[in-house]
Amino acid sequence: MNDFPILTTLGVLPFVAALVVALLPRGRELLAKQITLGVTLVMFALTIAMALAFEPDSSQTFQFVESTPWIKQFGISYAVGVDGTALVLIALATFLAPIVVLAGWNDADETGRHRPQTYFALILALMGTIVYVFAATDLFLFYVAFEVMLIPVYFLIGMFGRGQRTYAAVKFLLYSLLGGLLLLAALIALYVVSADELGAGTFDWNLLAGMPIDEDTQKILFAGFFFAFAVKAPMFPVHTWLPDAAASGTPATNTLLVGVLDKVATFAMLRLVLPIFPDASEWAAPFVVLLAVISIVYGALVAIGQTDMNRLIAYTSVSHFGFIILGIFAFTEIAGSGAVVYMLAHGLSTAALFIGAGYLLQRRGSSLIQAFGGIQRVAPILAGFFLFAGLSGLAMPGMASFVGELTVLIGSYQRWPVAAVIAVVAIVLSALYILIMYQRVAHGPATDGVKTVRDVVPREIVAFAPLIVLTVALGVFPKPVFEVVNPSVERSISYVEVDPVEPDVVVDDAGATTDEGGSD
Amino acid sequence: MSAAPVLLTSEGGQQVLAPATGVFDLTWVLIALPLLGAIVLLAGGRRTNRVGPVLATSLVGVSFVIGFIQFLTMLSEPSDERAFVQSLFEWAPIGSFSVDVGFQLDPLSMCFVLLITFVGGLIHLYSIGYMADDPDRRLFFGYLNLFAASMLLLVLANNYVMVYVGWEGVGLASYLLIGFWNAKPEYATAAKKAFVMNRVGDIGMSLAIMLMVATFGTTAFTGVFAGVSEASSGVVLALGLLLLLAATGKSAQMPLQAWLGDAMAGPTPVSALIHAATMVTAGVYLIVRSNPIFDLSDGARLAVVLVGVLTLLFGAFVGTAKDDIKKALAASTMSQIGYMVLAAGLGPAGYAFAIFHLLTHGFFKAHLFLGAGSVMHGMNDEVNMRRYGALRVALPATFVTFFIGYLAIIGIPPFAGFFSKDKIIEAAMADNLWLGLGAILGAGVTAFYMTRVVIMTFYGDQRWADEAHPHESPRTMTIPMILLSLGSIALGFVLWSGNRIVDWLEPVVGPEEEHELAISPLALTGIILLVVLIGVAIAISMYARKPVPVQAPVGSPLTKAARKDFYQDAVNESVAMRPGQYLTRFLVFFDNRVVDGAVNATAAMFGGGSARLRRWQTGFVRSYALSMLGGAVLVVGVLVLVAMS
Repeated sequence: MNDFPILTTLGVLPFVAALVVALLPRGRELLAKQITLGVTLVMFALTIAMALAFEPDSSQTFQFVESTPWIKQFGISYAVGVDGTALVLIALATFLAPIVVLAGWNDADETGRHRPQTYFALILALMGTIVYVFAATDLFLFYVAFEVMLIPVYFLIGMFGRGQRTYAAVKFLLYSLLGGLLLLAALIALYVVSADELGAGTFDWNLLAGMPIDEDTQKILFAGFFFAFAVKAPMFPVHTWLPDAAASGTPATNTLLVGVLDKVATFAMLRLVLPIFPDASEWAAPFVVLLAVISIVYGALVAIGQTDMNRLIAYTSVSHFGFIILGIFAFTEIAGSGAVVYMLAHGLSTAALFIGAGYLLQRRGSSLIQAFGGIQRVAPILAGFFLFAGLSGLAMPGMASFVGELTVLIGSYQRWPVAAVIAVVAIVLSALYILIMYQRVAHGPATDGVKTVRDVVPREIVAFAPLIVLTVALGVFPKPVFEVVNPSVERSISYVEVDPVEPDVVVDDAGATTDEGGSD
Repeated sequence: MSAAPVLLTSEGGQQVLAPATGVFDLTWVLIALPLLGAIVLLAGGRRTNRVGPVLATSLVGVSFVIGFIQFLTMLSEPSDERAFVQSLFEWAPIGSFSVDVGFQLDPLSMCFVLLITFVGGLIHLYSIGYMADDPDRRLFFGYLNLFAASMLLLVLANNYVMVYVGWEGVGLASYLLIGFWNAKPEYATAAKKAFVMNRVGDIGMSLAIMLMVATFGTTAFTGVFAGVSEASSGVVLALGLLLLLAATGKSAQMPLQAWLGDAMAGPTPVSALIHAATMVTAGVYLIVRSNPIFDLSDGARLAVVLVGVLTLLFGAFVGTAKDDIKKALAASTMSQIGYMVLAAGLGPAGYAFAIFHLLTHGFFKAHLFLGAGSVMHGMNDEVNMRRYGALRVALPATFVTFFIGYLAIIGIPPFAGFFSKDKIIEAAMADNLWLGLGAILGAGVTAFYMTRVVIMTFYGDQRWADEAHPHESPRTMTIPMILLSLGSIALGFVLWSGNRIVDWLEPVVGPEEEHELAISPLALTGIILLVVLIGVAIAISMYARKPVPVQAPVGSPLTKAARKDFYQDAVNESVAMRPGQYLTRFLVFFDNRVVDGAVNATAAMFGGGSARLRRWQTGFVRSYALSMLGGAVLVVGVLVLVAMS
């Protein structure tokens, strides 16, 4: 089992399948969908197998490692491997893929502009790049995956989107390319630095993490990396591409883009930025935390004022990414692990919201909130799904999102009390943006345009139900995720040399107290 | 179910926590049963409409039976060995920090288990009749079961995070049930308002949990209470105030009281169970449970006392002006919880009496609401008391039980409310003369508005609408009312005599503090009764001596203000809602024009003018594809060349 190249299989399989699906002739649309669903299910099964074989307490940084020299002249390898965080995010991606395929079974046909074969091939190709971006342990391979990822998303929005789809696609591309350009420049500079420090230039994470770099250089390189990831995350004030992209994308595109692909940014902050630029991270932390808190509050406030469901969901994500970044830059175990759980939970809640909104949009031809009203009267199950998605979005206890939000807040308070206290306001704002939208969509008497809306069909139930099950399962029993995630987060944070946080009063098991910390 | 072998003493009480064994091993089942019911009914679809109501009711009934057996077993234990912990599983372990799904069953949580499952069970039973014709009744019972499970988790949890989970769970159930008939837009708005205002209070809960972990490294009751004496006074004060903020949201205390009146939009059994007997008392539970924190902070206790006394007067005066029977009772609930909060703020002198009043109130207010529901059931859902009158003949069982509840709430001996309220006023008087006078005034006003409700509903002339044909409710509705009214008759004396309630709670909240009164307790009781009778007399002279007009009279400025809840909504709107709306609108504009505008302008500049940019975006996706493909080929080509060289 250990010799089986499981990560390469996971990464290459969807590309091969994409090619096959793309080449299917007209008239074989159904086969294209079936192949896509089958391949995504196989990917999920492979991920389950990988998760079962994963050893959380291993002393190795990465497991399922494969490494082959690729371009020797530049010290570039084809190197893949996963730690707990990467495993969880790949699992999220492969869990969501069959769901979005099934939920959006007819989305491509309905646009009528391009072949569904192309649509599903693009989704498969995107899945391949997603696997590589989380699995790459060579920074060049990471960069290639990070950039190639843009292409399928660009076409998914530009060819299969709605409304101002071309504007949205170009905007997404320009933002991402600008960030990618800075990342490339910083990456080349990092290579040059590594050549100085280590004798030979490398892109190998294992050699770069913790490599001594003088602080000024760190700051400059940090800026390049951080900007690229802040755009991708997205963070205030470089977030405005996201609402436009979400307003144009299909539910599948939006779920994979916001729910999974954007996690690359926060994943990379934890995996690359903290270990490679620890001093610069510590130096920039107050500024990053400030931007994170602005994103949290600002994103939530702007979400309240949105009139389009997809745009609203996009702005809630700006707020939620603020939480994740706050958790990462708190440099505490609780906040760090909380941030990873938040990434997972946000993937699930965003998927539920976009798919729920997609079901509504598909029935009404509009994602404007005002196009709805009284949905619960005519489609109670659909309304129930949408309510569930909303509750997941507002971090209701018993759901995964609550676990992430609470632990991020607890852990961030240990390091940045003022920031955490301001961030708490989001629990009221999230109730507002979700419940105002839900009331307008589902409550009240059924409006004229809504009266003919039909409730969900079995296919849609099958696609949505796994989201409910996993969201609740992880909300009730998140321990397995923490066990997988904790060691990798602890390792990333350990590079940053900040004082550990200790409680003021330590209570031992017998109920006796000692002053001013000291015990572990 | 194995429990962690911990033996811990908490500073506040003297109880020793033992691992749950025997019948106490079933503590988790108390919660699991109604939770199972909720899952079955919410996922089961229309086919569960028929069996759902009975299923949900029996599950809560079984929980009551288990709880009652536990209670009897607990009684047979020595008083300092009545606390049991059960750790189900680890929830969120991160490094040295961990949260467990764990329970603590002790005399305090036992009180709540019995209250929730007994009163809750009876209200489930009542609802079988009340909701018999509703096409969505499975959902109603599913939500009720969800509520019961969450409320039991809230009172049984052994750490603040799990309390928070239950806390939000009851908030969700409350939202779903207030908005049960959300086809009416104003009901949907009431549900949203309740949830959002509760979340404002939850800021306090979140911050308290964050501060606990930063200070003690844990949110377990044992850890926090053991460490609190070592924490700085600033931290203790902050914890107390944050928990109070949480309590004001859930218990509809000032300044977060405005949602409760609107919450009466929910079906009446919901008003009885959630918005009178149980959920709204969660804030009182939180304060009493956290007694080791409040014991150490005079400042926090002062804040609690002030909130309590202000709310008890506020609610009482609002109650005098309401013509809607449910809103009058809601104002009364707010006021009675004000008494409990006041008592809890008095510290060891009052904790036990806060719980005492909470229990008696749980009974009499529940069947007052059920009585109101029974009246509405017979009157085509009319809630305006000016359209009632002389109903004692048509609804005899409802009238008798309602009247018992009335005697209990205004504190006529020997009914339940007399004992519990008397004790609170006595403790308040001993603490501070003005507090005592405020509490006595509240008792007088309570007597006034409750007499008004009884007269307008059951006495006087018939002022019914033409189509009204009042009739008594079915047995499933009257039997719960009768059983609850037995509690309103006897519970006060039973818990009072022999100091039972104080002794029962002593292991949790510590011994009752001795206090000295300037006058003898008996004289004080006499004064209170006199004030109550004056309130009754005024109400009789105003509403029984002359006919009640069907149109509400204009009223004095005070009446007008009380009708509008002393402009609470206007205040909230001008302080929070409208500025919030303006801010939101401004930020949306700012985001579209300034943040995004700056980016687009930059792009336009680089593109050599917006006209060219627009032409560039004509939508020929293939041309972009071509250029990107070209770029990609170039990059790969260069790499391959380098690799081969």
